[in-house]
Amino acid sequence: MDEESGLGLDGDDFYELLLRCHEGLSEEDSHALNTRLVLLMAEAIGDIEVLDKLLRAAKESGKSLKNNV
Amino acid sequence: MAGYAYEPFGYSKPPGLDKNEPVHPVVIIGAGPIGLALAIDLATKGVKSVVLDDNNVVSVGSRAICWSKRTLEIFDRLGIADRMLEKGVTWKVGRLFHGDNEIYNFNLLPEDGHKFPAFINLQQYYVEQFLVERARDFPDLIDLRFLNKVINHKDTGERVSLLIETPDGAYTLEAEFVIACDGAGSPTRKRMDLAFEGQNFDEHFLIIDVELDESPFKTETAERWFWFEPTFHAGQSALLHKQPDNIYRIDLQLGFEADPAAEVSDERVLPRIKAIIGEKPFRVDWKSVYRFRCARLKEFIHNRVIFAGDSAHVVSPFGARGGNGGIQDVDNLAWKLAAVLKGDAGDGLLESYQEERSLAADENIKNSSRATNFMTPKSQIEREFRAEILNLASQHDFARKLINSGRLSVPCSLKGSSLETVSPNAVVEPGTAAMDAPLKNGANAEWLLGKTGGDFGLVSFGRKPDVAALGMPHHHIVEMCDRHKDSLGDVSGLAMKRYGRDLTYLFRPDQHVAAVFKNPSTMEIEAAKRKALGHG
Repeated sequence: MDEESGLGLDGDDFYELLLRCHEGLSEEDSHALNTRLVLLMAEAIGDIEVLDKLLRAAKESGKSLKNNV
Repeated sequence: MAGYAYEPFGYSKPPGLDKNEPVHPVVIIGAGPIGLALAIDLATKGVKSVVLDDNNVVSVGSRAICWSKRTLEIFDRLGIADRMLEKGVTWKVGRLFHGDNEIYNFNLLPEDGHKFPAFINLQQYYVEQFLVERARDFPDLIDLRFLNKVINHKDTGERVSLLIETPDGAYTLEAEFVIACDGAGSPTRKRMDLAFEGQNFDEHFLIIDVELDESPFKTETAERWFWFEPTFHAGQSALLHKQPDNIYRIDLQLGFEADPAAEVSDERVLPRIKAIIGEKPFRVDWKSVYRFRCARLKEFIHNRVIFAGDSAHVVSPFGARGGNGGIQDVDNLAWKLAAVLKGDAGDGLLESYQEERSLAADENIKNSSRATNFMTPKSQIEREFRAEILNLASQHDFARKLINSGRLSVPCSLKGSSLETVSPNAVVEPGTAAMDAPLKNGANAEWLLGKTGGDFGLVSFGRKPDVAALGMPHHHIVEMCDRHKDSLGDVSGLAMKRYGRDLTYLFRPDQHVAAVFKNPSTMEIEAAKRKALGHG
C-alpha cells in the first residue's frame, strides 16, 4: 500500500469532490452515501485480491488508532 | 529584546497644493509591498509614478512573512533580493505532526542549481523598508508621498482625477492610470462599490509573533512545522515559523466560538505561548485574531483604474499565496503598462493582465480554500474523513499526501494565454515562469534568470539560429567543452536538462516563456514578440 500514490497529483481534487458530494447531507445520509460509494468502488476495482488487501488495511489502521487512544 | 524600530518616513508638502500638477502617467495608491514593487518595476522601465499612502510608517507587525522563490527572483530584477536573502531566514522543509508524532515532511526545493531558495521568512516591515530605500534610488521617476490619503476619485474616460487629503489640506491629481494597491480593505474598491465575492471562513485564528532567545524547533535549520491536534493546543491546529531577529510566528486555530476581543488579551495569549515554549523568557512582538476569507474581484481592470494584490484578491494565509501572488501581479502588470504608455502595446496587452492574473488568482484561491477547509471541517462527516486520513497517514503514503496544511505558493502556469505562440517543440511550455540554472561566463559564475527579464530576450540552448539583429539580447548557452567567448557555459548541464537542446526561447519581460523555436527565422521571432505584445 505504500507504493506510488494512485491519485498522484489529483488527491486534492478528489478530496474536494468527495466533500462537496457530502455537503448538506445529514449524518445518516452521509453514511449511506459512503456505503454506496464502497460498493461502487469495489465494482470499479474489480479484483478480489486487491479488495481483500484494502479491507484488511482499513481494519488494521482502525485497530492501531483504538490501541493508541 | 527591543523589536523593530519604526522610523516614520518624511512628509513634504505636495506641489499640487500650490499649483496644478501636470498629468501623471501612473498614480499608485498604497505604499505596501505591491505598490512599492510596482513603482520600482515601472522605474526600471523608465516610467514615472507617484505613490500615495495615507500612512507614514512601514507595516506595523510582521504580517506577510513567507516570500517564495519566484518573489525573490522578481525582487532580484528589482534590486533588493540580496538584502532580503541576507536578512531573511531560509527554509525549504515542512513537517506535519498529528498530536506529538511527525507523520510527513516535504522538501519544497529538493534539487540544486537555483540562485534562490524555496522560501525565506522576513517580516513585511523589512520588505517595505528595503523597497522604500530602493525606490529612493529613482528620485526622478518615483515620487513617494506619505500622509497623502485619497478621499475620492473620478474616472473621466481618458484619465482619472484624484482628490487627496494631506496635513496641509486637500489637492487634486490627474493620472492616465491609477493602480489600486490599497490592500484587502481597498478604499478604492469600496468607493467604486465593486463586488468582492468568495468564501468566508467562520473559524478564528490567533497569530502571535514572539521574540525568544532559544529556538522552539528541535532542528538545527529553520523549517515550517504544522500540527493537527497538538497536545499543547488540544483539538485544534498550530503552525510555527522562524523569522529574523529571533522572532517566531505562532498561528493557532481557535474554533468557531472564539471571542476575538478576549482571545487577544494577555490573560489568554500568554498561557498559550507558555504551553508551546515552556517557562522561557519571551517578548510578544505582535498579536492578532483573524478570520479568513478567499475572495476576488471579477474584473481587475476598470477602464483606467487597475487593481493589484490584496485589493484584487484575498486568500487565507495557508500557502503563502497572498503577498507572493500580489508580487506576481506586479511582475505581470508593470511591463504591460509600460508598453501601453510607450505606445508599443497592441489592443490585447493590458486586457491580458486580467486574463493571466485571473487564472493565478483562481488557482491561489482554490488552494488556499482547500487548505482552510481541511483545517476547519464543517460537518461530522468532514471531521471523520479528516480523522481517518490522519489515522491512515501513519502507515500509508497516499494519505500523507492528502493532508493539507497549505500547498505552498508556486508560480501559476499561464498556459493558454492569448500572448503565447504555439510551440510544439517546447520542453518548457509557453506561459511557464523561467527556471533558473547556473552558468559560467569566462571565470564568472552567473545565473540564467539574471540573463532574462526586464525586457524581451532570446536564449538559445545548444545550436544558435542565424537571426539578424532583433533589438533584444540574444544569449547563447553551450556545453562547457564547446564554450567560446560569445557564449555562456552550461556549467552543470542543468540549463539543457531543464530547457532541452537546440531550442531557442523567447522570454517576456516578466521571465515567462512566450515562444519556443527549433530553428526560427527572424520573422518568426518578430511575430512571436508582436503576439506577446498583444498585437493579435
